[in-house]
Amino acid sequence: MTARAAWLVLEDGTAFKGRAVGADGEAFGEAVFNTSMTGYQEVLTDPSYKGQVVCMTYPHIGNYGVNDEDVESRRPWVEGFIIRELSPIDSNHRSQESLEAYFKRHRLIAVDSVDTRALTLTLRTQGSMKCGISTTERDPEALLQRVRSSPDIVGVDLVKEVTCEKAYEWPLVSTQQTAHSTQQKRHVVVMDFGVKYNILRKLAALGCRVSVVPASTGAKEILARKPDGVLLSNGPGDPAAVTYAIDTIRQLLGQAPMLGICLGHQLLGHAYGGQTTKLKFGHHGGNHPVKDLSTNKVEITTQNHNFAVQLDSIPGGAVEITHQNLNDGTVEGMRHKTLPVLSLQYHPEAAPGPHDAQYFFGRFMDLMDEVHA
Amino acid sequence: MPKRTDIHKILIIGSGPIVIGQACEFDYSGTQACKALREEGFEIVLVNSNPATIMTDPEMADRTYIEPITPGVVEKIIEAEQPDALLPTLGGQTALNVTVQLAERGVLERHKVELIGAKLDAIKRAEDREYFKRTMESIGLEVPTASYAHTPEEAQAIAETIGFPCVIRPSFTLGGTGGGVAYNPEEFDRIAKLGLELSMIKEISVEESIIGWKEFELEVMRDRADNVVIVCSIENVDPMGVHTGDSITVAPQQTLTDREYQEMRDAAIKIIRAIGVETGGSNIQFAVHPDSGRLLVIEMNPRVSRSSALASKATGFPIAKIAAKLAVGYTLDELPNDITKQTPACFEPSIDYVVVKIPRFAFEKFPAADPTLTIQMKSVGETMAIGRTFNEALQKGLRGLEIRKDGWVASASVPKDVLRQRLATPTAERIFYLKQALVEGVSVDEIYQLTKIDRWFLRQLYALVLEEEALKGAKDQMNACASAPMGAAIQVNGVELLRRAKGLGFSDRQLAGLWGLDETVIRGWRARWGVQPSYYLVDTCAAEFEAFTPYYYSTYEQPVLKLEAGSRKLEETNPASSLQPPASKKRRVMILGGGPNRIGQGIEFDYCCVHAAFALREMGVEVIMVNSNPETVSTDYDTSDKLYFEPVTLEDVLNIVDRERPDGVIVQFGGQTPLNLTVGLAQAGVPILGSAAEAIDRAEDREKFKRLLDELALRQPSSGTAMTMEEAVLTARRVGYPCLVRPSYVLGGRAMEIVYDDEQLALFAQRAFEASPGFPVLIDKFLEEAIEVDVDVVGDGEAFVIGGLLEHIEEAGIHSGDSAMVLPPHTLSDDILGEVRRAALSLARALRVVGLMNVQMAVKDDAVYILEVNPRASRTVPFISKAVGVPLAKVATRAMMGLPLHAQGVTAEVVPPFLAVKESVFPFSRFAGVDILLGPEMRSTGEVMGIDEDFGRAFLKSQLAAGQWLPKSGTVFISVKNRDKRAVVLLAQRLEELGFRLVATQGTAKALQRSGLGAQPVKKIHEGRPNVLDAIKSGEIQLIINTPSGRLPRADEILIRSAATALGIPCITTVSGAQASVNGIAALIKRQVTVKPLQQYHALLRTA
Repeated sequence: MTARAAWLVLEDGTAFKGRAVGADGEAFGEAVFNTSMTGYQEVLTDPSYKGQVVCMTYPHIGNYGVNDEDVESRRPWVEGFIIRELSPIDSNHRSQESLEAYFKRHRLIAVDSVDTRALTLTLRTQGSMKCGISTTERDPEALLQRVRSSPDIVGVDLVKEVTCEKAYEWPLVSTQQTAHSTQQKRHVVVMDFGVKYNILRKLAALGCRVSVVPASTGAKEILARKPDGVLLSNGPGDPAAVTYAIDTIRQLLGQAPMLGICLGHQLLGHAYGGQTTKLKFGHHGGNHPVKDLSTNKVEITTQNHNFAVQLDSIPGGAVEITHQNLNDGTVEGMRHKTLPVLSLQYHPEAAPGPHDAQYFFGRFMDLMDEVHA
Repeated sequence: MPKRTDIHKILIIGSGPIVIGQACEFDYSGTQACKALREEGFEIVLVNSNPATIMTDPEMADRTYIEPITPGVVEKIIEAEQPDALLPTLGGQTALNVTVQLAERGVLERHKVELIGAKLDAIKRAEDREYFKRTMESIGLEVPTASYAHTPEEAQAIAETIGFPCVIRPSFTLGGTGGGVAYNPEEFDRIAKLGLELSMIKEISVEESIIGWKEFELEVMRDRADNVVIVCSIENVDPMGVHTGDSITVAPQQTLTDREYQEMRDAAIKIIRAIGVETGGSNIQFAVHPDSGRLLVIEMNPRVSRSSALASKATGFPIAKIAAKLAVGYTLDELPNDITKQTPACFEPSIDYVVVKIPRFAFEKFPAADPTLTIQMKSVGETMAIGRTFNEALQKGLRGLEIRKDGWVASASVPKDVLRQRLATPTAERIFYLKQALVEGVSVDEIYQLTKIDRWFLRQLYALVLEEEALKGAKDQMNACASAPMGAAIQVNGVELLRRAKGLGFSDRQLAGLWGLDETVIRGWRARWGVQPSYYLVDTCAAEFEAFTPYYYSTYEQPVLKLEAGSRKLEETNPASSLQPPASKKRRVMILGGGPNRIGQGIEFDYCCVHAAFALREMGVEVIMVNSNPETVSTDYDTSDKLYFEPVTLEDVLNIVDRERPDGVIVQFGGQTPLNLTVGLAQAGVPILGSAAEAIDRAEDREKFKRLLDELALRQPSSGTAMTMEEAVLTARRVGYPCLVRPSYVLGGRAMEIVYDDEQLALFAQRAFEASPGFPVLIDKFLEEAIEVDVDVVGDGEAFVIGGLLEHIEEAGIHSGDSAMVLPPHTLSDDILGEVRRAALSLARALRVVGLMNVQMAVKDDAVYILEVNPRASRTVPFISKAVGVPLAKVATRAMMGLPLHAQGVTAEVVPPFLAVKESVFPFSRFAGVDILLGPEMRSTGEVMGIDEDFGRAFLKSQLAAGQWLPKSGTVFISVKNRDKRAVVLLAQRLEELGFRLVATQGTAKALQRSGLGAQPVKKIHEGRPNVLDAIKSGEIQLIINTPSGRLPRADEILIRSAATALGIPCITTVSGAQASVNGIAALIKRQVTVKPLQQYHALLRTA
């Protein structure tokens, strides 16, 4: 294997000369770091990473290869991938392909041999910033110019890039078993802002009929599907830019029980009339403690967001906080005081990450039961 | 839920002496617990028999009982102290077992002592195999299938359902003998029948074999509010079949997908809840089938363990400290993460490096032991290394292991079939055979088939082999690079190659070896080319939050560049490395630790390093600790101002010196490891604190030492050296037999022997030549039946004070680390002791000792001989410090910093008005068939202390603490060599008076009968049956006194002694030891054992 060089350049001029381990070409996006020690495949395929170049802080990546089961959507979405060391072997009984082969198959630009801790510290202290990876450019100065002129993710609607083209039912391949053995108790319409499959899997496992609709679907159309509940999915980018979804959600308030997850939670914040702000470097990982204020129990959670709801910006004290991040005190969950609407900033579906918060889908079921009792 | 206010006084039980499987990790956890709970205002009562621990320092607890950890003794402590609660989960299996016994005897209930941490039923659910299995099944988890059989037919039926291979374990056999793995029905039949025969209760268990499955461990914590977090995952490189303590292990786990890992995490959480561990840490082991992913639960420790110490050091999450706080009512979210300060302890550490733990073995001390690694732990210590990649960490770990390997090296070349055998059988050397195999072109797949070591690890190792090939071929390129101008292509490429090699963990010495250069040349290149390590933080959070604790490891990373105004230049400071240490006006002192525990260099030296750190911090000096042992208090980030978790080698230490520029380095506390670096450090211009290098040289160079003794008119046994066998014989004859033969430059009496004639000399001199090739063999006159004395002296260069005098109980010839000792000496006359003191002080004065010095002397026929002088802290320092109430290592440290002894109030030797006995503890029960005879080669792993008002009681306590349960009554078997017969008669007489029945072999029986004693003769093993071995096995013998008949013990003697070890019958192999034991037995019969805290003993010293 002859090493191909790749340049990674940050907007502030910090540069790393690494080894190209994926496809040839250039990639630009917002650099973020993820502290999950496992789950790179889930990260790669999480649509919320659209527009971002992800740096994994754990140094050995690719150890267990890639398989068909652990995907969170139909394809990888990260703009580029930065790692310390790509495994030269995939060693796991479920592996179907090496990560390197996967990169190439999906034409994904990836770089290794980067001091990912130095990069992470830069992002932590300086905040998220734009970056570029190039396997073709020899002059990092020139790359820096292109990084600086690449688009920012603030104010950009990235949802339209990742949402499904048309509505579909989950599971994708309906087996005899799922069709007959589970009683489909509730019908949940999922607004796909970039939904992770594990949200759909969890709903289906609880006995829901799951319909996924494109992000642009209007409230009328959604209600016409007669949902018992509406799930506002996770997704990429700046919620403020997804104005059509905010409108739809505003119209759905009070019409159906709702659960917002991550971007869905932030969109709800806007629908309530509040604001979101961009965090310095976001939360991306699988080890943040969140306290459920109703039980005082702490759950270890999966986090992936750059924006946060400003609770006090929501007029009239319409909502209350239900979950709080113990690391930085940020809002992790909120509930409308009068309407059947719950939301979480973090990821109860995990994937990757601990399963501590999966109970929350049960709360959504209870909420639908209450409303439709 | 805040701290409980309904409990005030808490009893903590320690783990006793260092033994295989239970080492200084429990001093680390116990010390953390004591500190954490006292900080919360609780009154702490501590019991631990091990004086070499930090936890038994009188400042660590309110009341410290250095007493045997037996139910009877702990009950007395409970009676005296009336604690509100007992915390049983921090003292290893010892504490847990004693706690269960106390609970079952009703002691806890009677005295209203609440168990905190884990309740009795939780302990039982975890510890009882059957109960555990049922509990796991109730929560839908699998354990390996197993059933019990009492007949071959039953066994066959079970085997058919389980399938092959399966494991057969006889219930209740000596040391697990008779078990095995059967791969087919024929083999099964044979092993099962043998097992049934060997089992005392005619029972075997037949288990599904999980040998070769992947092995994982999770460290779990739970609080009162039922919050659960996983602190760390660990993957074993050696798969199932090798005890996790003997495996090379890696954190975090490497080969599970997130989905599989989360499934394991879910299982762990279910387990800690189902077992019912209320608060604190637990360790859960899992096996995963490599092809199907099937997950089995192997076992759970409802307490902190060796793995939790490792996990704490690996992640920066202080498990024991947090466990202690959870036990008194706090919840995880109420406790801060020490390292980040801003975030709570209720989280799961994310790490951005790889940790490798490598066990350290001592098979060279036990040549008769089977070196195969099995499910029974055999290692005596471990080292941990941190790197950004597995390869970097592994290579650092291997050079930190201090087995004279500079990294991952290949074994000697062996024939292919032998190599395959060496791969298939796990041993301490297998890791080196792996390299040999890869170098010879054996494929990763084939090695996997032979070893079942996950291909991921093998493929990583293969990358190292490839890199080494490339490096070898780059010899000329590197030389050209060295003379090329900076920036030339060849120079740039050479630098890149060097940087990559360093990033893969190659040491300067390894590279020097590859390129035929000296290590200093590589060091010079690195300095010139800026190939220097970065020091990264262990911060629990992969850099997500700011860390405030300076806990570092080194790594070689790619440089970070900064593009500015069109010029590409190296950024001055890597944001991850903070190359410049924060400026500080404080004086800075670096302490070098002792690396992994081994026989001869154990916790005693860590104790001294920790004391040095404490003393320096009290003086306002900034302390920099360097060590690689994850079990110890010295590597707790709380102990020093800065912790460098690094191999203690010249390269690694000099790198840290370059960065920290300390005002001085202390090398005399960490044992031989740092002492061996003295010359290299001094040559590099590093200021060494304490006695001058010339003084060290004068004490260690035989010729100079001889001149010194002559000057001081001190006696030394006649001696000589030999470079050849002929010289050895001539020297031995000149010196006179018996003489002591040993190699140069070894620790713990390695290959040291007493020889009585030319024939023995030839054999052992040969071994000594092999142990230190190219160096002379040392031959000294052996002073038979002399009494040995150890003296520790502390000095400030001007004034010198005796720290303590220790009289050995066993006669000369037994390694000082193995001998029992008593302080103050109880048989030597005042005249002799005066001479001993004068000699020790004159040596200290002549060497101008600054710090500590240890002198070993022998007293024979009223003459004092100097055997050895060590100008450093010795193994006896902690024991003496506790016995005399003077923290010698602290006093020595202050002296090194220029504070005179008189200014410290240390002006005279303290002679306590009570007796303290130090007894050694041996790993013989781990090594079936190994003879337990004591000799000049040290073989003990740990020590205990017995303190009381008279010698008999103090000795009795030391024996109890060491696990020698001296009987009050019963039958004593006596068999001694001719020379001992006269001495043993007196002993036998006393034993008869004390009500014991005597049995003896023919010769000894006759000697006893002649003196009018009623000794029953018993057959020797070869004289037919029933013989003495039958009597021992059937429980007719309660005490054995058996001195060896010659230097080369007879096979039947070995059988007797090892049977005694296996059955736990006290077996005494020296007459002097027997005399002491009879004193102990008399004390036992006369009155009950009483307990007294160390603080009260020390109060006696102050009033005396």
